[in-house]
Amino acid sequence: MTTLLPYGRRATLLEAPDDAQTLALHRAVVAAALPGVLEAVPAARTVLVTFVDEASRAAAQERLRTLVPVDGDEVAGRLVEVPTRYDGPDLDDVARLTGLSREEVVEAHTGVECTVGFVGFAPGFAYLRGVDERLHVPRRDEARTAVPPGAVALAGGLTAVYPRSSPGGWQLIGSTDLVLWDLDREEPALLRAGDRVRFVEVS
Amino acid sequence: MSERPAELVVHTTGLLSTVQDLGRPGLAGLGVPRSGGADRASLRLANRLLGNPEGAPVVEATLGGLEVGLTATRWCVVTGADAPVEVDGAPVGVGSPFVLRAGARLRVGSPAHGLRSYLAVRGGLAVAPVLGSASQDVLSGIAPLPLGEGTRVPLGRVDEVPVVPVDVAPVRTWSGDPVLEVDPGPRRDWVSDEAWRTLTSAVYVVSSRSDRVGVRLSGPAVERAVHAELPSEGVVPGAVQVPPSGEPVVFLADHPTTGGYPVCAVVVPASLPLLAQLVPGQGVRLRPARR
Repeated sequence: MTTLLPYGRRATLLEAPDDAQTLALHRAVVAAALPGVLEAVPAARTVLVTFVDEASRAAAQERLRTLVPVDGDEVAGRLVEVPTRYDGPDLDDVARLTGLSREEVVEAHTGVECTVGFVGFAPGFAYLRGVDERLHVPRRDEARTAVPPGAVALAGGLTAVYPRSSPGGWQLIGSTDLVLWDLDREEPALLRAGDRVRFVEVS
Repeated sequence: MSERPAELVVHTTGLLSTVQDLGRPGLAGLGVPRSGGADRASLRLANRLLGNPEGAPVVEATLGGLEVGLTATRWCVVTGADAPVEVDGAPVGVGSPFVLRAGARLRVGSPAHGLRSYLAVRGGLAVAPVLGSASQDVLSGIAPLPLGEGTRVPLGRVDEVPVVPVDVAPVRTWSGDPVLEVDPGPRRDWVSDEAWRTLTSAVYVVSSRSDRVGVRLSGPAVERAVHAELPSEGVVPGAVQVPPSGEPVVFLADHPTTGGYPVCAVVVPASLPLLAQLVPGQGVRLRPARR
């Protein structure tokens, strides 16, 4: 049984049993093809299902409750390498918070393969799971009003690359020239849920 | 057939004027907000009054200050805020279609009530869509055709648009004490019962930092009962999010697709047009909706 949380009159929030099953639950929602669904939005541990009207939402509740996550081949995601300069303004703070040296932070960040859990917050902003546990740091106390595009960041056990200039509260440890979001590309978002990512240090 | 395509020419935009339709639903998985008209009821009404498809692109003006002309004569209508609407200085009113002759100047003035006006032209604005929509999204910077002084916007064809025999639509009434009805949100239990009572009884003031992303409310802080970090989850228009400061943010059309603060209440669909019309500095109350 999937836990349903009421979300106003035209939406329901589904809670996945754990983070790893969120995409499987999202696949189940899409596969169910319920009438009147506007969007199904996967996030960290939930799938938000929005409906065109109240009646469609009411009619779908029972089906949503009994959805079974659909396993997929996560490993089939493409592997994307992110060439990264470890020159972020928060690199020293992250070293202090984790008790590591700057070099050890870089080693830990480049030493694992991450997976795109979901894309949210802003177009092309991919939340990457699988960060080395030594690098689990909180968000900054105060958010920056403008984080530059290509900033490589850490927060709450996740890592990400800011696709464009936006406000942001994550710890900035590096930067990349890779373009994460480009409306002129056939697929504007470079990273999609399920893709694998490896950060590679460049100078 | 004329040589030049018919166009709308922008003379002045005021604070912010954008092209809007019903947005780009279905792309949240790429992090792309739905966007679209903030007051969708007014956008739809404007199009219906002219026989356009309900979601045809229109101009959304913020706090008036919009002046435009056309290079070809067309039926037009302005809906939304209670703003003076004039053609070459003669009042034509809100919610009442009028003929705008080529070369005449249409002006939407500063509203007495409300914030956003919707100008529709018969045949719609023929703005090439980006990711399926002509809407300008201020959060994402997706702007198929940003409007500025001198911008020329192509107009859609009118030969297949039905004629609507309507002279005037009922004008909405404006209360000096706006009330938004809310349902409990998915994270209602992240705030205490006392905080819920505060949220649903106090008078909040609409902050000047409000925009198409969200309406920020200044007033008594909504105390959190749970202080853990919430993993990001999807949000909807009307979601009332409580950041650490305790001052609620109510999301509008260009809200981010996911958010990391608890949503303790959700504005009911019927109150969303009013939410989009709240003016910075104005007082507003939230009240639990009756079922």
